[in-house]
Amino acid sequence: MTRVSMRVDGVTYTDEVEPRTLLVHHLREALGKVGTVVGCDTSNCGACTVHLDGQAVKSCTVLAVQADGAEVTTIEGIGSTDALHPVQKAFHEQHGLQCGFCTPGMIMASIDLLKENPSPSEDEVREGIEGNLCRCTGYQNIVRAVQQAAREMSGTSETLGAQS
Amino acid sequence: MTVTEDPATTAPSAPEKEIGQARRRKEDAHLITGETTWTDNMVLPGMLHMALVRSPVAHARITAIDVSAAREAPGVVAVLTGQDVAEEQGSIPSAWQVTPDMVNPGHPSLAVDQVNHVGEAVALIVARSRAAATDAIELVDVDYDTLPPVLDVEEAAKEGADLVHSHLSSNTSYHFVFDAGEAGTGSDTEQAFADADVVVSRRFVNQRLIPAFMEPRSVVVQPVGDSFTMWSATQIPHILRVMAAMVTGIPEHKLRVIAPDVGGGFGGKLQVNPEEILALLVARRLGKPVKWTETRSESLMAAHHGRDQVQYIDIAADREGNVKGLRVRLLADMGAYLRLITAGTPALGAFMFPGIYKFPAYRFELDGVFTTKTPTDAYRGAGRPEATFAIERIMDELAVELGMDPLELRRKNWIDAEEFPFTTVAGLEYDSGDYDTATRRALELIGYDELREEQRRRRESGDPVQLGIGFSTFTEMCGIAPSRVLGSLSFGSGGWEHATIRMLPTGKVEVVTGSTPHGQGHETAWSQLVADRLGVPFEDIEVLHGDTAIASRGLDTYGSRSLVVGGAAVVRAADKVIAKARKVAAHLLEASEDDLEFDGGRFSVRGTPGTGMAIQEIALAVFTAHNYPEDIEPTIDADAAFDPVNFSFPHGTHICAMEVDTETGFVKIRKYACVDDVGTIVNPLIVEGQIHGGLAQGIAQALYEEAVYDADGNLTTGTFVDYLVPSAADLPHFDTDNTVHVAPGNPIGAKGVGEAGCIASTPAVVNAALDAVRHLGVRDIRMPLTPERVWRAVHEGGDGGDRATAKTNAQGAESAQAPSTGTSSTGGAL
Repeated sequence: MTRVSMRVDGVTYTDEVEPRTLLVHHLREALGKVGTVVGCDTSNCGACTVHLDGQAVKSCTVLAVQADGAEVTTIEGIGSTDALHPVQKAFHEQHGLQCGFCTPGMIMASIDLLKENPSPSEDEVREGIEGNLCRCTGYQNIVRAVQQAAREMSGTSETLGAQS
Repeated sequence: MTVTEDPATTAPSAPEKEIGQARRRKEDAHLITGETTWTDNMVLPGMLHMALVRSPVAHARITAIDVSAAREAPGVVAVLTGQDVAEEQGSIPSAWQVTPDMVNPGHPSLAVDQVNHVGEAVALIVARSRAAATDAIELVDVDYDTLPPVLDVEEAAKEGADLVHSHLSSNTSYHFVFDAGEAGTGSDTEQAFADADVVVSRRFVNQRLIPAFMEPRSVVVQPVGDSFTMWSATQIPHILRVMAAMVTGIPEHKLRVIAPDVGGGFGGKLQVNPEEILALLVARRLGKPVKWTETRSESLMAAHHGRDQVQYIDIAADREGNVKGLRVRLLADMGAYLRLITAGTPALGAFMFPGIYKFPAYRFELDGVFTTKTPTDAYRGAGRPEATFAIERIMDELAVELGMDPLELRRKNWIDAEEFPFTTVAGLEYDSGDYDTATRRALELIGYDELREEQRRRRESGDPVQLGIGFSTFTEMCGIAPSRVLGSLSFGSGGWEHATIRMLPTGKVEVVTGSTPHGQGHETAWSQLVADRLGVPFEDIEVLHGDTAIASRGLDTYGSRSLVVGGAAVVRAADKVIAKARKVAAHLLEASEDDLEFDGGRFSVRGTPGTGMAIQEIALAVFTAHNYPEDIEPTIDADAAFDPVNFSFPHGTHICAMEVDTETGFVKIRKYACVDDVGTIVNPLIVEGQIHGGLAQGIAQALYEEAVYDADGNLTTGTFVDYLVPSAADLPHFDTDNTVHVAPGNPIGAKGVGEAGCIASTPAVVNAALDAVRHLGVRDIRMPLTPERVWRAVHEGGDGGDRATAKTNAQGAESAQAPSTGTSSTGGAL
């Protein structure tokens, strides 16, 4: 067992983990952060995406021990029902989710995308989230959501009308 | 109404009615914040974890299993083999006896003495942690005496083929025939073909797919005394409860099934899974809660697959393009076992092959055939996408043979708007629609004339990137219900749906529905229905579902039935609430019931302004029950069950414009437009979302997805690396619109939308690709249209699929054979 300490959604946790433990399993099983989910075993689906020191990572490709000393943000740490993150709000308003299983990862990936590219075109959004799979929406409303969030986060929501 | 614009701008500011509004979903709040209740999130005190040892070979006798090392492994509590549970595991149920003599070999949850597909469970491990259970899988030593794999459905169906189940006399489980001449719904098919000017025959391969819901299957069972609570990622908690009770002998009233948040299904969670039965048996045996959650690789390998048909289609017509007859022979690859509706899924398609066209004669034959592969079962559309693909592809082939425009041929033969209701050659009564209006709107939406012009330019200039346009003018049967019809088809269940409305003393409303959602938005849409009917605020309504102890009666969610049947039950229950409340209102207002009006949630006495009572006040009045009529019970709550007399028939026109790079074989959807008629639209946001999701899956069948087995019967597409669920970058923008022809068969007027996009889109995409390269001599391209297949079809002839599938899935060119029932062909050989 190895001792790891990490700050997750603003709270510091110190635990003993088996070195082989994946970050996503540590988050879910040891810390109870079950908002982050596991959708595959080959790092294709992106459902487990979290931010590690501000960068989006698939938490199934990171060992818990690699996150020792790091700052981790999950879907549970970006906003609340009363104070949604603009990306959360946009997913709701644009119907960017159906079953919601891919949603935590999709939102975390989208926030990262908008950090890199604050005003992405439709094609840029599609390329930017291609590491996250959704089986329900056909992606069009996710694209709309990301573009809405981009407008809101850059303060241009009043000047730009509907796209797509 | 048009739903192509930004939904954020479509909601009117002061709505009169909820129905028709693009309400944002109630479901979203907990899903976007991670406050979810997926089954795998659940942790119970003392909970154990189950892992399964699965067969690495397709077909073998089990000669020995040594579990001694696994039993000694750290953290392992129990190891069970098929022999250990043989007496109590029963058989996974098959709910559809397609023919009286259909053969069901039985389906053990744990293989006892023989495995029949890769991934079949042969032993289970129960341990203190998931990791310990998984580690111990490696320690189970199974001796297999291998048998020849049976992989090619056309070979498997032949006399003398290697048998999947050695105790059966053949691999064919059943032979189902629908003959319109014999049924009295059409004329003699053989005569129609004999008399026809033109006959076109084709063999289509509708490849094996995997539903690939995003949430892996998961089940938790908690024993309490002699009772059990099962949480499962299922579409069908009610059916699962009944079936699990029948399979295990646990009395139905001692079993509660809960579907918490469920992450998609698409038919893939319309199942009584072996793993659910095993979790129940383990919990009973050990007296401890147990959890099983699959990995994605397990899911792709062991959860049921979909489609997988070889279709022999013959179409007869006169020279003017009037269709005269349709003949269909199907081989359905059912895999190794009959699961819940493995057998019935291809049979459901029997009634949809004629599509929207006025065929005078029709004959359908279907063989359900066992192979040593994962069982197939329902996948979004379930029998209807396969039928729609065949008819929409063969209409294009007939148009080519006749030298007609494919749309002109369709127009000449489709049911005209004024002919509804129309009884088809398959005996279905299509309820309403207007195919011409939908088509004209779709042509506008895609910019048809410009695209044709561009196609001409590219053709003339010999552009390496060619453009094609493909159509699918489709209909489907939805609202899987009419219980009497299902009975006549020997389905094992009815198709009604149930609802309860509870009027709470504070004026809030609970709506209990038997239709269990897994992403469809029932909570929002049902709230809209009830808000309009009862005149209570949308926000004051809570929709309860997915727990057999709360929603005690229900038949769950599949077949685009939720709104059409389940929503209709909710409306009926609301009407009963109003009827009960009317008696109380009359009593309290000291008026005659006949003098009361109910509008906007209030009863008032006609002609007496200012009088009246809100329905919420009546709910409180019957709660205190201090003053109510003597001849009634003090409640206005109501139950209703709804069982329509007919299916509903959504329809639409889908048009795909496709670029095909003839040098690389790469295909790219340039534009996709569709106009769907799904009847009354309760929530345009949700309807558009359902269409989008369906399109993605239908397009994925055309372009990306296929479950491939190698020559030994190993699934080679067993991870998301190899099984290509499309990403956002792989799919186009969709232009969608609706026409609305109200369904007469339910009080909402809705027709169902969950499967439409998936059913319609696949042939539009393939027709578009072929339209782009047909002038280069290409006659067919095998799905999925990978660059390799397209390139081979363009440069080497054939359908491009032979090399890619040689010695793998079946359906190689060498096994292609003429259908036994129809060999005449002036329209081109197979």
